[in-house]
Amino acid sequence: MTAVAESYQVQTRRNRMGFWLFFLSESFLFGGLLVARYYLWGNTRPSMEDTVIGPLHISYQVIPLMITAVLLLSSFFMNRAEVAIANDDRKTFSRSILLTVLMGLIFLLGVLIFEWGWKTVDGQIVLGRHISPTDGVFGAVLYGMTGMHALHVVSGLVLLMLVWNLGRKGHFSPEKHWGVEATAIYWHYVDLVWVFFYPAIYLIGVGVHAAGH
Amino acid sequence: MRVLKLGLVQGVFGGILGWLFGFALVIGSRLLLGLPAQWNPNLTGLAAYEPAVVVAGIFFVVGFMIGVGAVSDWLKWARGIDTPFNHGARIPGTSELARYFNVDYSHKVIGIQYAITGVLLLGVGGTLAMIFRLQLAQPELNFVPPDVFNTMISAHGMIMIGGILLGVGGMSNYLVPLMIGANDMAFPRLNAFAYWINVPGALLLCVAMVIGGWNTGWTGYPPLSAQAPLGVQYFFLGVFFIGLSSILGSLNIIVTTMTMRSPGMSLFRMPVFVWSAFATAIIQLTATQFIGLSFLMVLVQRILGMGFFDPGGPVWSEVDKWAGGGNPILFQHMFWFYSHPAVYLFVLPGLGIISELLPVFARKPLFGYKWIAMSSMAIALVGFLVWAHHMFVSGMSNYLRVPFMMSTLLVAVPTGVKFFSWLGTLWGGRIEFKTPMLFALGAISVFLIGGLTGPPLGTVATDLNLTDTYYVVGHFHATMFGGFIFPFLAALYYWFPKATGRMYNERLGQLHFWLMTPAFWVMSLGQIFVGMHGMRRRIATYEVGLDIGTAQMMVTIAGFVIFISVLIMMFNLFVLARRGQRAGANPWRSRGLEWQVPSPMPEMTYPATPVVVGEPYDYGKPGSIYVQFAPAAPALHTGASITGGD
Repeated sequence: MTAVAESYQVQTRRNRMGFWLFFLSESFLFGGLLVARYYLWGNTRPSMEDTVIGPLHISYQVIPLMITAVLLLSSFFMNRAEVAIANDDRKTFSRSILLTVLMGLIFLLGVLIFEWGWKTVDGQIVLGRHISPTDGVFGAVLYGMTGMHALHVVSGLVLLMLVWNLGRKGHFSPEKHWGVEATAIYWHYVDLVWVFFYPAIYLIGVGVHAAGH
Repeated sequence: MRVLKLGLVQGVFGGILGWLFGFALVIGSRLLLGLPAQWNPNLTGLAAYEPAVVVAGIFFVVGFMIGVGAVSDWLKWARGIDTPFNHGARIPGTSELARYFNVDYSHKVIGIQYAITGVLLLGVGGTLAMIFRLQLAQPELNFVPPDVFNTMISAHGMIMIGGILLGVGGMSNYLVPLMIGANDMAFPRLNAFAYWINVPGALLLCVAMVIGGWNTGWTGYPPLSAQAPLGVQYFFLGVFFIGLSSILGSLNIIVTTMTMRSPGMSLFRMPVFVWSAFATAIIQLTATQFIGLSFLMVLVQRILGMGFFDPGGPVWSEVDKWAGGGNPILFQHMFWFYSHPAVYLFVLPGLGIISELLPVFARKPLFGYKWIAMSSMAIALVGFLVWAHHMFVSGMSNYLRVPFMMSTLLVAVPTGVKFFSWLGTLWGGRIEFKTPMLFALGAISVFLIGGLTGPPLGTVATDLNLTDTYYVVGHFHATMFGGFIFPFLAALYYWFPKATGRMYNERLGQLHFWLMTPAFWVMSLGQIFVGMHGMRRRIATYEVGLDIGTAQMMVTIAGFVIFISVLIMMFNLFVLARRGQRAGANPWRSRGLEWQVPSPMPEMTYPATPVVVGEPYDYGKPGSIYVQFAPAAPALHTGASITGGD
């Protein structure tokens, strides 16, 4: 083993430890948001209006369930990309990364359009098709949690695109692909956070309807 | 025009550009969305554009970091360009001094950058204190108007905390790699980033004072902070970015300690300072997220109307469906979940310095090494369980009081272990009263005042009477001075010859100590005294009838004596020592690794790998060896092994 390869391994070991410590730290950030949720919502959650398209009543919970499934599934393709680059399979790597990006985008659009939504009030565009950030603690916590998570999804997507681009240029090898590994761990972590956030926002507690509904 | 090429100057330019960009971005998007440029038509000046000012503040930091060059390598990596890691000046042809104003990856440069910036911030905070102490010197003065007074005490608090965090960072970054025999930190680029992000953070804190100030005290409790002037936003942002530095820096310390120790240095052969830096890093890594999050929540409550801490619900809400429900107590829980452990992270490195210095100057082994190492970890861990003792009168659930009282008093156990270890180390030693040792001993005396005044605050019954009085101020300043300032000064004097190769003036150092320590006793006991006589915290003046004018005057005078003594130190270290005696490699006859290489240290501290073969603190034991240098390496040292002690 050459000295350079050895030092890459040593540095990768350190990177790995540093990255996990970063996640430990981030867990306190997301944990803080969960604390806020349980402190402020207690055993309740906002029960939002159904989406009505003609005769169809779609529960407000359907879209979140679907995008949750998409996000969880995206982790599979992320893992596939990492395995592919470890086996020097550039084509699968490239395709899997793009699929992951696509699913991440679907998740993000689901958050932005179906959870946050946009509508026009007196000619002005305001947030909040179902619920707005100014709707007391329900709005505040919901936007706080989904917003902080979405911020991490966006940064994950940026990392994915960078890694895809570097992979396209042949920057990674089966021995040296810490960038891919880091992106993969990051993406899985963001997924894991959502596993805790999704039930906290949509499932746990008694649904509270907005006044007048 | 060489000055214009300095990273710091380019960073400031980048920051200003970033600020303008961020401001224009928000105003532009508001206009595009058909909203009026002014966020709140009832306000004038910058406050009318609060969201734009906040976003501009964030872009200020981004612009600064790009301008200073702290992210250049990472941006290259993102494009697939590898950058070599050069140990040494990164920009060829620049002077040694210029390294300190540029991004530099050497942990020794970064450590000194941290320490000097820390000293500067402590100086700013101290100057503020001098001004408002004049206001408090006599009853019913009107030297500083009340709103300015409030801004000044708030700024004093947070700027001092920033200075302490930077001082802690300085000690950890400089000393941990040296003490474990590593040539640098595990992530040198991240290290530079973590230092430099403090600079725009500290600038935001200072700017906050002039864009309206804030009247909340350093704690920034809502609902007051939700209504405070605009300055509170930059206060939040400044703390947020300094906190980010804490998180990244501590991550680096932990990985460095875990993976880069010299061969033979098992965990229980590490110097005790490394243990305390490690314990500190655990707190910084995790708890810091909570202060960042709590401040972020108030920040968005102000600009987006998200009512986390607003029980009544935002009155301007257009679709007011689920109104209200916010709770300011939640803020206090989240704030203190960081801010109490933060106190331990301020003092733990200082206590480590005391334990480090006593054996050297008493020429005796450290008493109870394992216990003292474990007590640092215990303080760090118990520190996570005590936060609500700041909230006995906040209106939180009553049943929480007694458990938090008990966990708080539990902290006295590991702290007591440290005190007895110090006494055991000193007992029967032949003590050399050099300046660093004097400051270590002074630290013990001052920390004792802080420690003994603690239990009455941790006990519910007495705290209900003492809370929010100057008693708390006295207690806190004693713990901060005993736990951080005194040991930090001891560390400055102790490692000064190592870093510069020159000896400071011993007489002036002693003068500094003998001015500062009695003055601090007067100041601290005076604050405790006026507190017990009814002086409230955060009040711009007090009545003649309280009959504490004399005591307040003495506190003010003592404060000025401390200020002058620090000026003497600056003169000693920064001016006089340029012509000081050459120090030699090991003026204190220490067994530590870093003392076995020449002073000032070479760029690569340890060209030969140090191998640890014995216990770190066996001073006075004949024939005991702590470290040997690998024999195969070039002959840097006469004598391959170093024996310790007399």
